[in-house]
Amino acid sequence: MPAEPGALALPEMDVPAAPTRRALRLPRFPLAVIGLFVLAAVVAPLLGLPDPHAQSLRDRFKPPGWEEAGSWKHPLGTDRLGRDLLSRIVWGSRVSLAAGVVTVLAASAFGAAVGLTAGYYGGRVDAVLMRVTDATMSFPVILLALILAVTVGPSFTNVVTAIAVILWARYARVIRGQVLTLVQLDFVAQARIAGAGAWRIITRHLLPNTFGTLLVLVTLQIGYVIIVEASLSFLGAGIPPPTPAWGSMIAEGRDVVTRAWWVSLFPGLAILLVVLAFNLLGDWLRDTFDPKLRQL
Amino acid sequence: MSRPPASRPVIDVRDLRTHIVTRWGTVKAVDGVSFTVDEGETLGLVGESGSGKSMTCLSLLRLVPRPAARILGGQVRLDGEDLLTKSEAEMRAIRGRRIAMILQDPMSSLNPVFSIGMQLREPIALYHRLRGHALAARAAELLAAVRIPSPVERLRAFPHQLSGGMRQRVVGAMAIAAPPRLLIADEPTTSLDLTIQSQYLGLLEELQERHRLALVFVTHNLGIVARICDRVAVMYAGRIVEMGPVRRLFTRPAHPYSRALLESIPRLGRRTGRLTAIEGQPPDLARLPAGCAFAPRCPSVMERCRVEAPPETVVEAGHVTRCWLETPGIAAPVAGAPPA
Amino acid sequence: MLRFVAARLLQSLVALAIISVVVFVLARATGDPLYLILPMSASQEDFDNARRYLGLDRPYVEQYLSFVGRAVTGDFGNSLRARRPVSELIRERLPNSLKLAVFAMGVSLAMAFPLGVMAAVRKGTGLDRFAQVVSVLGQSLPTFWVAILLVEFVAGRLQWLPAGGIDGFASYILPGFTLGWFVVAGLMRLLRSGMLEVLDSEYVKLARVKGVGEGRVIWLHALKNALIPVVTFAGIYFAILVTTAIVVETVFAWPGLGRLAYEGISSRDFPVIQAVVLTTAAVVAVVNLCVDCLYALIDPRIRYAR
Repeated sequence: MPAEPGALALPEMDVPAAPTRRALRLPRFPLAVIGLFVLAAVVAPLLGLPDPHAQSLRDRFKPPGWEEAGSWKHPLGTDRLGRDLLSRIVWGSRVSLAAGVVTVLAASAFGAAVGLTAGYYGGRVDAVLMRVTDATMSFPVILLALILAVTVGPSFTNVVTAIAVILWARYARVIRGQVLTLVQLDFVAQARIAGAGAWRIITRHLLPNTFGTLLVLVTLQIGYVIIVEASLSFLGAGIPPPTPAWGSMIAEGRDVVTRAWWVSLFPGLAILLVVLAFNLLGDWLRDTFDPKLRQL
Repeated sequence: MSRPPASRPVIDVRDLRTHIVTRWGTVKAVDGVSFTVDEGETLGLVGESGSGKSMTCLSLLRLVPRPAARILGGQVRLDGEDLLTKSEAEMRAIRGRRIAMILQDPMSSLNPVFSIGMQLREPIALYHRLRGHALAARAAELLAAVRIPSPVERLRAFPHQLSGGMRQRVVGAMAIAAPPRLLIADEPTTSLDLTIQSQYLGLLEELQERHRLALVFVTHNLGIVARICDRVAVMYAGRIVEMGPVRRLFTRPAHPYSRALLESIPRLGRRTGRLTAIEGQPPDLARLPAGCAFAPRCPSVMERCRVEAPPETVVEAGHVTRCWLETPGIAAPVAGAPPA
Repeated sequence: MLRFVAARLLQSLVALAIISVVVFVLARATGDPLYLILPMSASQEDFDNARRYLGLDRPYVEQYLSFVGRAVTGDFGNSLRARRPVSELIRERLPNSLKLAVFAMGVSLAMAFPLGVMAAVRKGTGLDRFAQVVSVLGQSLPTFWVAILLVEFVAGRLQWLPAGGIDGFASYILPGFTLGWFVVAGLMRLLRSGMLEVLDSEYVKLARVKGVGEGRVIWLHALKNALIPVVTFAGIYFAILVTTAIVVETVFAWPGLGRLAYEGISSRDFPVIQAVVLTTAAVVAVVNLCVDCLYALIDPRIRYAR
């Protein structure tokens, strides 16, 4: 039989519902990786690792344990000041994860509030809020972080603020879109007829229906925030030393990457793993709960 | 209307079979469908959702959704040539030019980012190799032929600027651009307002007369069948269970399913207590029972029906059905089953 | 259409104004800006003189207006480190950044379009899976880390391409790819999902029914519709590009605006940072304006909105 052209939509077929609900195939790899890092971050002080701040000029630039010149006392090697790399990576995860989570929570809370308001009230309110949202969304995060770094000085708070101030716009857009669809549905009209005020409708009826979307967005964004935080630390506009942060660790290792490749490699791998895990988890959440968000 | 008898039907379908592989099993969407349509004749294709009407039409054009769906066998003869043996390039030359199709929802069947003119000129240029001014003129002519006012201005419009009825007319204009031998209309009036529906049907009849089109009209609305069709085929679970002249179907339906369909329509003047719906659920196409597909819902079911699928039998000249009730010699039921 | 452009233009100006206010306020509100400008050894008298000279004893509104006035004419003061007018530095560096950005965008588009479209057309095949892997990896890799590794291995050990500086076409390649990578990943994913949706649509079906060739169906009928979500996000991706550019320029020693920003942070050179921020914001605003116009060009429903 000669070939036929590419896939077309199936016309309406009355195919009945699947006989049994397919078991949710949990994404094991991402969950495992995230779990590992979160666990390590939380119990870091209890792990019996060497002090991440402890300098030892004698032990400078020791290669990882499996190399000839290395030892298993420092499994991943040491940096320019003799500090244990594994320990710094574990402690660095506290910073990165904290930055990621806090920023995303703040941005999503504010963004969702804006989106709900814009979607519910519509009209002029919506138009104005969306203009602001669009303008914010296209502003490069790093510029704001730069200004803050130079004027107020780099700090954890500044990083979170700079990113959150730009990030909320994404949530506002998506939530607003959702609310616009929800508002057409009957249950909102019924709530209005029953005399519910705006606040009640928004919090009791609209908000719970957006949780799924919020969850997907939040997960997808944590990875992005971690990368931005690392980039900022790399440039010196993020978490200031001596706090171990993956980005600044990579920056420190930059000049010696030829002879001490591990100093830059391992923190970068850590970032890659964590962000990849969050992205994969977010993709899975989205495919499971709300495939219409495919565009994100 | 009198017409000279054609030597052979425009389209002659024999034992067409199309299966779709889904995660719940293989769906026999089109399961041994055969029919013919002559020049100037209208065949109605009637059935519930999922009966295989649309898939049959797509199969004629060899546009079934790959890779899940595949045409397994049969013959589809267009003016004598079997389309199922043609190459893809040959089929592309046939689509639109010799077989055209009108889809159900005009809002979604027109491309929102291109003008009406562009979407109309494209097929014209493809079929007739016209350019420039001649092309534009022909496009305007087609719009006029489907009774669209100010056709020249309309060419520059975009789909979202037109009403539903007008959009469907544009789709109609595209369909007769060649003009084709066979026109398939897949529920073209379902998305239109009631008042517009009648106008559109009138337009189709006019176009058919003018171009001597063979018309396959897919619908689930028996009222439309009564108005516009010469013959009608009733489909159920991928098979044609009854086919014959429209008159015959309405006055002397041979298949219990056809009868049930007719009975479920409220009629003027008839005293109805309750509307009768057809008992049971539409069949699970991935797991059809052995025997007649309608057996689980049939009020006149016999033991035989559950065991063996009835073959096509002739009730009268031009009127066939698939039902054991109509098969001669089977009228006597097997012991234990209710009488036919 | 003209009204549309005018409205967007106004919006951009408002946005720029807000940014300038933010920059201004942050500088003043976080302590005496003189501390940022004068050396540590300055005496109290030096401070008072400087204050009068720089007009910092005048009311805030007046300061802001003169700040804006000077900024608009390109006068951003002098760089603390280089002791040259900042506007000169910007004039030197900006074209380099633009060249790199255009190169990177070109590369990204050239890679993302075919991959994204074909991944959707050949859904489920090896190509599709490859595209998805590329997409996820691209959005998970920290750019600066990849940049460092590339400099070390491709430029350092293998010596295939130059490690830094701007020196002929070959020097564009590493920074260009690094810069465009993130964008490729995101763009490709957008295109793929957009195409998947569009290929399922009724109008694509009708185009095939009409007998239109498959190539035309994909690249004209389908793609133009799939571009709409892509263009919607284009502005955001450009902002991400700017962010990434700063990092890439730093690692590859590219003499552009991004590198200038990095130097500015390291040396706490406030006038430079201020100028870079404003210039970049202006560029971003212009790009967004173009993107909006492009959007209206593609989608007639926007153009002829009731």
